[in-house]
Amino acid sequence: MIRFEDVGKSFGPVTVLDGLNFTVAPGEFVTLIGPSGSGKTTILRLVMTLEQVTSGVITVGGEYLSHMERGGRLVRADEKHQREVRKRIGMVFQQFNLFPNMKVMQNLTEAPVRVLGKSRAEAEERARELLDLVGLNDKVDAHPSQLSGGQQQRVAIARALAMQPDVLLLDEVTSALDPELVAGVLALLKDIARTTDITFLCVTHEMGFARDVSDRVMMFDGGKVIEDAAPDKLFSEPDHERTRSFLQAVLERG
Amino acid sequence: MFENVPEYISTAADGLWITVGATVAGIAIAAVLSFVFGLAMLSRLKTVRVIARIYVEIWRGTSEVVQLYWVMFALPILLGYRLVPLLVGILVLGLNFGAYGAEIVRGAVQSVPRAQYEGTIALSMTPAQRMRRVILPQALVEMVPPFNNLFIQLLKGSALLTIIGVSELTHQGKEVLIPRNVSEAATIWTVILLFYLLLAILITMGMRWLERRAAALVGRQPTKRDSVFARFGGGKDPLPAEQSKGGLADLRRKGGE
Ligand SMILES: Nc1ncnc2c1ncn2[C@@H]1O[C@H](COP(=O)(O)OP(=O)(O)OP(=O)(O)O)[C@@H](O)[C@H]1O
Ligand SMILES: [Mg+2]
Repeated sequence: MIRFEDVGKSFGPVTVLDGLNFTVAPGEFVTLIGPSGSGKTTILRLVMTLEQVTSGVITVGGEYLSHMERGGRLVRADEKHQREVRKRIGMVFQQFNLFPNMKVMQNLTEAPVRVLGKSRAEAEERARELLDLVGLNDKVDAHPSQLSGGQQQRVAIARALAMQPDVLLLDEVTSALDPELVAGVLALLKDIARTTDITFLCVTHEMGFARDVSDRVMMFDGGKVIEDAAPDKLFSEPDHERTRSFLQAVLERG
Repeated sequence: MFENVPEYISTAADGLWITVGATVAGIAIAAVLSFVFGLAMLSRLKTVRVIARIYVEIWRGTSEVVQLYWVMFALPILLGYRLVPLLVGILVLGLNFGAYGAEIVRGAVQSVPRAQYEGTIALSMTPAQRMRRVILPQALVEMVPPFNNLFIQLLKGSALLTIIGVSELTHQGKEVLIPRNVSEAATIWTVILLFYLLLAILITMGMRWLERRAAALVGRQPTKRDSVFARFGGGKDPLPAEQSKGGLADLRRKGGE
């Protein structure tokens, strides 16, 4: 569903990704772990087209994302092309990024109506279902500012699901939450991962969650994937010393 | 010395309506130009940005007095016909204050957190939808207080129209009332001062209403102020402080590679 081919990404003189290759199969839940500043967020932002590759090619669902074909040649994708492919991709942000000028309901229906062209009635019905799913059906008319962080993140998850994405990107979605709210949001995500065929690419420091829900975990460092294995294997007997010391450090931090 | 006050008020009031008209029309033009050129300064197209920048620099960087004389006396030479003074005044007020307003709009749009823009991308909105549905409504809240200052400046700036012979409020004082009653200058100018103050308070009341509406739109409590008078003496510079909380300003730099 997602394929990175020799992807390089630099910010000015700083090279963050260097010849990165990996694939994520349809319906798979893949978690990225790695030290701070290693480029995990950058990978998700590239898939969401919030950043553009410096070199290499990204495809999503068999379509070029970073590039497009024109006259039989591969050229850099323009905004219009990316907007089309982007419709298959959703993202949940660390800071939720809800729209404060819209109530919860409108946050959930705005894009389905205007971008996907659904009728308002249909979008609202779907929004109510999703609010049920995330346990917030009593907050339809609330403003985001009236919700707790955990509630805002649930709305943000529902908003992403309302677009019926094939791919959902999660970037440390619980790290801005109070500790007591984390478990609820993670349980919700686990539930969604189990019951839908959405492909997940997830960045998290919640190792218990990663182990529980992932089909595969990729350890990422120095611009490359240095270890890629099933969670049980990677967490209990990693092949690489670098993975071992990283997990050790995370465990000690608690 | 107060027995003539009713006469002063009624004579000044003749000019008051012209001041009100010029101010309202000037505000309307300035507001439209503010949005057009403020958004143009954020365009992805360099040509559009350059044109907007030139407009702002010219109208902000030259004297309002000279602008009035120029449109009144120089433009007719190029154009072949003359505009009536009131129209010249309204145009110059609109163009001049629109240049400041464009900077207000640009600053407010840029102050909307970058995360909001990224949220709209994640939902595949078009550039127009992003701006209209998400960015502008939030920017509006930031714009209202500096626009309040700007519009009061514009009101006061309308007194300059006197130099091209528009018989507005100040003109009524200087050219009509004072020549008739030189000894009563203190009373006359006080009456006129109070008229300006009254108009400024009306503008502030209107803008406070707008501010509450805009704040409610983004689910925010409006900032508490003791009274409408708290706004006065709010400084000469109508521009918001240089805002860069990682808003759209960084966008072009980052996205442009
Ligand atoms: N827009 C940018 N401009 C310049 N440098 C950037 C930019 N975005 C990211 N970087 C740099 O790229 C590197 C990778 O950043 P990234 O946010 O992807 O790391 P991360 O693995 O998500 O870290 P963390 O675990 O702390 O979130 C960092 O060194 C960061 O400073
Ligand atoms: Mg990160």
